[in-house]
Amino acid sequence: MKTSAFLTDSTLCIGCKACEVACKEWNDVPPDFTEWRGLSYDNTWALSARTWRHVMFVEGVPEIGKGGNDPATMAWGLLSDVCKHCEVAGCLEACPTGALVRTEFNSVYLQPDVCNGCGYCVVSCPFGVVAKDPVDGRAFKCTFCYDRQKADLMPACAKVCPTQSIQFGELEELRDRAQQRITELQDRGVSDASIYDPLDTSVAGTHAIFIVRGEQKAYNLPPNPEVPTTYLKSAWTSAAVAAGALLVGTMIAFLGAGGRKV
Amino acid sequence: MPGLGTSFGRGGATTAQQDLSNADAILIMGSSMAENHPVGFQWVMEAREHGAKVIHVDPRFTRTSAMADIWVPLRAGSDIAFLGGIINYVLQNNKEFREYVVAYTNASAILREDFKDTEDLNGFFSGWDDEKKQYDPTSWLYAHQDQGSRENGGGGQAHKQASGGHGKDRGGEMGDPALAETDPTLEHPRCVFQVLKRHFSRYTPEMVERCCGVAQDVFLRCAEIFVNASGPERTAAICYAVGWTQHSKGVQIIRSAAILQLLLGNIGRPGGGILALRGHASIQGSTDVPTLYDILPGYLPMPFFEADANTLADYIKKHKTRTGTWSGLDNYFISLLKAYYGEAATKDNDYGFNWLPRVTGDHSQLGYWLDMQDGKMDGLYVMGQNPAVGASNGKLQRSALSKLKWLVVRDMVETETASFWYASPEAVSGELPPEKIGTEIFLFPAAGTAEKSGTFTNTQRLLQFRNKAVDPPGDARGELWFMYHLGRRIREKAKRNPAARNEGLLALNWDYPLEGPHNEPPAEAVLREINGYHVSDRTQLAHIKDLKNDGSTACGAWIYCGVFPDKNRNRANERKPKDLLGHGWGFSWPNDCRIIYNRASARPDGQPWSERKKLVWWDAAEGKWTGNDHPDFTENLAPDTPSNLREGHGVQALGGARPFTLHQDGVGWLYVPSGLKDGPLPTHYEPLESPVHNPLYDQEINPAAKKRERPDNRYAKSPADPRYPFVLMTYRLTEHHTAGGMSRYLPRLSELQPELFVEVSPQLAAERSLVNGAYARVTTPRGSIEARVLVTYRLKPIQLNGKMIHQVGMPYHWGYSGLVKGAAANDLLVISQEPNVRIMETKALVCDIVPAGGELSKMRNQSMAERVS
Repeated sequence: MKTSAFLTDSTLCIGCKACEVACKEWNDVPPDFTEWRGLSYDNTWALSARTWRHVMFVEGVPEIGKGGNDPATMAWGLLSDVCKHCEVAGCLEACPTGALVRTEFNSVYLQPDVCNGCGYCVVSCPFGVVAKDPVDGRAFKCTFCYDRQKADLMPACAKVCPTQSIQFGELEELRDRAQQRITELQDRGVSDASIYDPLDTSVAGTHAIFIVRGEQKAYNLPPNPEVPTTYLKSAWTSAAVAAGALLVGTMIAFLGAGGRKV
Repeated sequence: MPGLGTSFGRGGATTAQQDLSNADAILIMGSSMAENHPVGFQWVMEAREHGAKVIHVDPRFTRTSAMADIWVPLRAGSDIAFLGGIINYVLQNNKEFREYVVAYTNASAILREDFKDTEDLNGFFSGWDDEKKQYDPTSWLYAHQDQGSRENGGGGQAHKQASGGHGKDRGGEMGDPALAETDPTLEHPRCVFQVLKRHFSRYTPEMVERCCGVAQDVFLRCAEIFVNASGPERTAAICYAVGWTQHSKGVQIIRSAAILQLLLGNIGRPGGGILALRGHASIQGSTDVPTLYDILPGYLPMPFFEADANTLADYIKKHKTRTGTWSGLDNYFISLLKAYYGEAATKDNDYGFNWLPRVTGDHSQLGYWLDMQDGKMDGLYVMGQNPAVGASNGKLQRSALSKLKWLVVRDMVETETASFWYASPEAVSGELPPEKIGTEIFLFPAAGTAEKSGTFTNTQRLLQFRNKAVDPPGDARGELWFMYHLGRRIREKAKRNPAARNEGLLALNWDYPLEGPHNEPPAEAVLREINGYHVSDRTQLAHIKDLKNDGSTACGAWIYCGVFPDKNRNRANERKPKDLLGHGWGFSWPNDCRIIYNRASARPDGQPWSERKKLVWWDAAEGKWTGNDHPDFTENLAPDTPSNLREGHGVQALGGARPFTLHQDGVGWLYVPSGLKDGPLPTHYEPLESPVHNPLYDQEINPAAKKRERPDNRYAKSPADPRYPFVLMTYRLTEHHTAGGMSRYLPRLSELQPELFVEVSPQLAAERSLVNGAYARVTTPRGSIEARVLVTYRLKPIQLNGKMIHQVGMPYHWGYSGLVKGAAANDLLVISQEPNVRIMETKALVCDIVPAGGELSKMRNQSMAERVS
């Protein structure tokens, strides 16, 4: 199976938010209409049921004489965040209705007509991507432009990105490209650039990988994303142990009572 | 665009955005290109990825700075000092591209003895008339230039009038440059090169530090990078936008860039040039086929009202030149009259010359707006503009609208200009209530860009045709439909009134084919007419050189000739790009040249300066110019053809090695002997409102700038008004479009930037107790508005001679209509007029800022969510 993926490169992002708008236009997502937030140029704030691409503005402290491309300073980090379409997807594992499915592009697709709005997926996403719509009640997230991919078109966000900060393609190919890019950046002296691709975690890798400068955590990219179902075995074991202990205790209590002459 | 026009000949960007990817360094100044031209910025990014250094000089750290290698904050309004510093660095260190400068610029021309520089006269050039508050530019001419016949340039009165105005992009009606003496060694003390050297000698790194607040080492690093990226093997480009234009000396800032690029040999060569980033779609088009009062299509001058210029012969004598491209002025002008008046234009009636209106005064937008405020105007059409919140001194703008008898607004939404009578701050506060406004307002629904066909001429002179995708809703119509039928109805009315003044109106060629249910003229028909045709058989003209002065050709805009070379070939609608420069995609005027003056990409002998930077060269075997762009030169004029400036005629007289063919002398002008109102060389002046004294001259401000100061258009005391201690600048954001008519009504754009904010540094926030996210009140002598506070390290106080200068920035997109509302930052600005193009100063003013409650703003925005649902 071909695995579609995004490589989003913050060193090429100009923060124009064309991806946010193109996503909403193509998928007919209603506006969030949150208030002005005073968080740099970010007013949509986070990925949500109505924001499937979200451009972050991480303010640093610019130095005179140095632009954002200076190898030594990360002055204003701009990055477009998106659903990671995890290899092991917490949302998909938690969904009780089968609304979340794995597609032929290896992406995670949420079928709104099957979703019952239980919200299990919301708490199961280690990246805070899935959210329930405040009016509608159902959960929504990035579809990876499933309809466009079916028609051999690239996702709307990648299509409009004017600086190729959002690249779309086959996962392994993009992993190679990311590696090349990092080498290139490091050759230029940009030593704080890194790839975000959490392979050795419980999500077992994501289909949206990122190149950022500085702390990955500052871009809402957790170092160790955890799929809640990883704890399933230990949870069941603990439950079994607890149940056993309870049973044993109860039996002891009964046995003790039986032994006492009343 | 007289800054570029007087320097090179044409008022347009010299290069294409794609070509930026060929640059070895890019200086972006007076522009936040990534913010306002995000699509074109991809080629800056490409250059950067190839190793070019990107320098962004801007008071604020913006999206552009975030992509740049070097960010240099400078004090708003000190651009000429910074650029002058680089020019001085070039001249003092002999870094100029000597061969290019000698062959292709006027560096060798010798000036008159009575010319005095601002260095001699403490901030004035010779010729200042303190009574009239304007210059007599006679002493600025080359020596002996005014002693010739009037055959090659008007001289005398024409020269004086020539200074200023959009129409003078041609470089003005100078005397005969053929009579100028030259010194190719550039040693003569009065030659342009030496004058230039003296003029900029005080623009040292120390002075840059004192004036701009840029540390010397930072400045020198910029200068070195830019200069070292220039020469035969390398080229550097400059991008600017309204951050340069909207100053009381904007034209001269652009002139500084032109001087720098000419000295470094960066014009007409791949990866070089000056990219004038236009404010929005088709602004280039609206000066090419102008909406301006003082020029006709193709930068032909509008005739002025004057007793001795009532005939076509007078007009042509005044404006036609003997040498260079403007030697064809009569061909262009008579063809235009034929396009206007058709069969009614005959040789006997001067082709209808006297039906053309005459310029009688300052009818620029700001000029007539003050007239409107004074009750001198009855009615106004507003189309595609929103001056009630989009123009400076908003309160005056709105008050002026209320003095009209009638107002027609055509727009896609009910803009603030249409709703001012009930929704403006003055209407709400009771200062100017609806019952006191007699203006009758007509709001016409307009079609959007996808709902009509037509062309855009973009920032790089590229005409792109777009086809209508869907019909406009309801009664909405395109401009073409509206203007055609308005003209038709007015003409029908005029037919019933045979007054003399209606003659011209009735003589107009108004015979467009009509199609569709609404009788709409097709945009192709208009473009065919603009391209031009043979009158006899209506076949299309293929090239500018086909235009005639005998009435046998008609052409709506000579510079666009060739865009529609055949009845069925609309080159603006072609979409098959063949190369990086985009040949095959659209049509770039003139003659589909993507990089103009490209003859300069070859040495005088016709061979490229270097293999790496070749563009157009002489093919001796074929006997013609060839290369990767259409040659912006006579195709078969060999490089060794001698020039014959003294006796020759036309472009041939320039010979084979003078690339700037619109100038009578065929060279780029480091020094502008004629065509500007405020001096032949750029000089640093303070903004009209400044926190400090001019460190260079006792003359504080551009003496030729018009302040238009009056009780309803007040200024702060300058310099250093204690009531307004901070520098104020306005700008735009990616998320919104100018005054908001096309973005604040769209939910998916509105939510991205839902409210007006003011950006301040942490230092200023501490000084004035401003809290991020809370409200502040920003005040100037024109108005006082509330905005949300955004505290950011991206703004840094400027250290100036031990004094800390705080600068605050405000985007200007909001108003009292739309999905998201906010105060209009333009209410804070003042109406002022740069002397050449009469543009206002919006990028450097003074203000005060204090914390505020935000009650008004909260009230305005509390029901945002409701409005959306």
